[in-house]
Amino acid sequence: MKFIRSEPAAFGLFLLLALAMALIPSDYLFDAVLTPFLAVSLAALGLNILAGYAGQVSLGSAAFMAIGAFSTYDLLYYIPGLPLLIAFAGAGLITAAVALVFGLPGLRLKGFYLAISTLAAQFFVQWVFTNFPWFSGGDSSGVVNAPPIAIGGILIGSPLRRYLLSLLIVAVLSGFALLLTRSRVGQSFLAIRDNELAARVLGVNVLKTKLIACAVSGFYIGIAGALWAYLYVRLIEPAGYDLNFSFEILFVVIIGGLASVRGAFLGAAFMVVLPLALSRAGAAIFGDTFDSGLVDISEQIILGVLIILFLRLEPQGLSALISRLGLKKKQSHPLPSGVSHEFN
Amino acid sequence: MNSIKRLSALLLTTAIAGAPMITMAQTMTPQSSTAQEQYFPLQSYRVGPYAAGGTGFFGGFIDYMNLINLRDGGVNGVKLTWSECETQYIVEKGVECYERMKNHVPAPSAWNPLSVGIAYAMIPDVTADKVPLITIDHGRTDSTDGAVFPYVFPLLMNPYSETSAIVNFIGSRSGGDDKLATKSIVVLYHGSPYGRETIPIYALLAKKYGFKLQQIEVPDPGTEQEAQWLQIRRIHPDYVVLRGWGVMNPVALKTAQKVGFPADHIVGNVWSNSEEDAKPAGDAAKGYIALTTQATGTQYPVIQQIEQTVYTAGKGDMADKSRIGSVYYNLGVVNGILNVEAVRIAQAKYGDHTLTGDQIRWGFEHLNLDPTKVQALGAAGLFHSIDVTCSDHEGHGLVTFQQWDGTQWHRISDWIAPDWALLRPIIEASANKYAAQNGITPRNCGTQVASN
Repeated sequence: MKFIRSEPAAFGLFLLLALAMALIPSDYLFDAVLTPFLAVSLAALGLNILAGYAGQVSLGSAAFMAIGAFSTYDLLYYIPGLPLLIAFAGAGLITAAVALVFGLPGLRLKGFYLAISTLAAQFFVQWVFTNFPWFSGGDSSGVVNAPPIAIGGILIGSPLRRYLLSLLIVAVLSGFALLLTRSRVGQSFLAIRDNELAARVLGVNVLKTKLIACAVSGFYIGIAGALWAYLYVRLIEPAGYDLNFSFEILFVVIIGGLASVRGAFLGAAFMVVLPLALSRAGAAIFGDTFDSGLVDISEQIILGVLIILFLRLEPQGLSALISRLGLKKKQSHPLPSGVSHEFN
Repeated sequence: MNSIKRLSALLLTTAIAGAPMITMAQTMTPQSSTAQEQYFPLQSYRVGPYAAGGTGFFGGFIDYMNLINLRDGGVNGVKLTWSECETQYIVEKGVECYERMKNHVPAPSAWNPLSVGIAYAMIPDVTADKVPLITIDHGRTDSTDGAVFPYVFPLLMNPYSETSAIVNFIGSRSGGDDKLATKSIVVLYHGSPYGRETIPIYALLAKKYGFKLQQIEVPDPGTEQEAQWLQIRRIHPDYVVLRGWGVMNPVALKTAQKVGFPADHIVGNVWSNSEEDAKPAGDAAKGYIALTTQATGTQYPVIQQIEQTVYTAGKGDMADKSRIGSVYYNLGVVNGILNVEAVRIAQAKYGDHTLTGDQIRWGFEHLNLDPTKVQALGAAGLFHSIDVTCSDHEGHGLVTFQQWDGTQWHRISDWIAPDWALLRPIIEASANKYAAQNGITPRNCGTQVASN
């Protein structure tokens, strides 16, 4: 059983499980649970590379998702015939470029100050997409339906197909993230996070490494936004990518576990799947006696209590919890003791 | 041995994690349905920032369905049933509710989310699943073109019609459309896709009638409007059109009072027309005018029957009974009337039993309630009339204007018609663009009418 102890093998197991899910004949499972779970996981993975590994906290994740979504729309709209996967990759690159621009202050700013600069990105991006109809193909309302998509003539219309495509993309990018975090670059992310001065002394190019983290993170989050818009809600609107959504992604990372690839998936399961399970349970048990609003409020209270309890008992996230249970050897890279949690 | 333990632990964890998912994956258990029923899934919102609208609208809708069940024993013997799923007006929750309720047995009759975002997200799904999507008074303007959007119905009024009706109203207040040329109008709009949607339409109407137009944005949420209203004071317009949303509305009225702009020269649109928009502004709202497609008050027979039948039976949905007759409540009742009558019309063609969504769609597409029919339904004066066809999914709804006296609304205008002929080419162009982008071949509504 040693093989499941390594993260790549666990990753393989996860993929098998995810593929096995495809055998369950339920649109609900794919459209309402698994596809958003994958998109949020990918966004959280992107943020984790920046915040968890490189220690640069960002409050603009949703804005970067919006850039990914609108870029995909614009690429497909203004360049007819562009293959879908290339549009996704292009959207990732565009987001990476924008993330670099907003990441530049991060070279000089630290901790809370950087959070504020990404907060500016959050508001700026939403404002741009609301006020310039060019980005939504000239539609003055700024809300557009994602047109149907196809790869090589195969229409990606059914919930199952949309799920499988998201799974494929998320699997490839997660595999790459695993490699990256184990590489020299990944190690220099950690070095900068833990002690920037020491990293510099050791010969890490701090400037370059921070920018790489920004760009890679932006690329991941941009593609997550494209998945969210094209494979999940099939709607592109600036209001869908608000500050709350940015916070949610940050919570996913904190709950899942900073600086861990699997933490993004565990956290997303907690934040996306658990509320749904609670909501279904609430509707099934109390649906007839209480009005739906009351049930919904109670679920939020339960979820909030769970989060507080959970963070109290396991401050390093679900990923550390699993390590502690002994199912896997310690793979994540928690903050060393003595280092403050200010992401400096 | 240790590894076997680990393996079993892992399997157990997977099973525990997987079990609820599989339960969730299963479709909703069919109700024991020996009796005929027509099911309405309600993506309601009773909590969150828009709860006032949600509780009113869905309360009115549910009360009307209860009235039909209690008073008439259903629609020709077919009971109306429904279940609610809370969306909080959030798109993702609306999508989840759609997936949750779409496999209900019997199948959904029609979807009524009362949310632009959720409606947009559902358009591909309802088209594939062949169930009508009702967006009364709001929604995608170009879905009025039923040739391209067979399953989407922006009943009574779309945003473009609203714009045109407001200008026509200002024209009638000024003593005729020709007098508009001397007028100056400011549109104060919410800085969101919703707020910006009518910018080109106001510009078009300004060009047609020759009035001076200035459109000013209020950034969301609109709690601070000093700058905009000082600008309005400088422009000194004859009318200000308030295209607001939520807290922006009372703040606009209060700020207008501060800069000395008269409330009775402010005309609110359909999302600025409720008690919840005017009441918080207190004195500043006195005289404020707003558009509506349905009159307020409880004097209409249908509302009185709801109070007598449904609330006496203890089945009323409104926790606060004083909100019966309010703007959102009456919109819910009108929405209930339109849904129920669509069922009735579809039954005339397909028989008095449980119908599919696609059959109900046919009912909506032939929904024709003239003022006589509206009166027979006990709703004379509540709303005017509707005539939906294959090519026109809006149904030529008329609008009216109401004025706030400090405590309630009073109707101050006749029923006013928007300039549909002027708007139709813009709607068709937009619909055809959508059709091209989405690979839709528009239906030929001419032959549709002939064959049906």
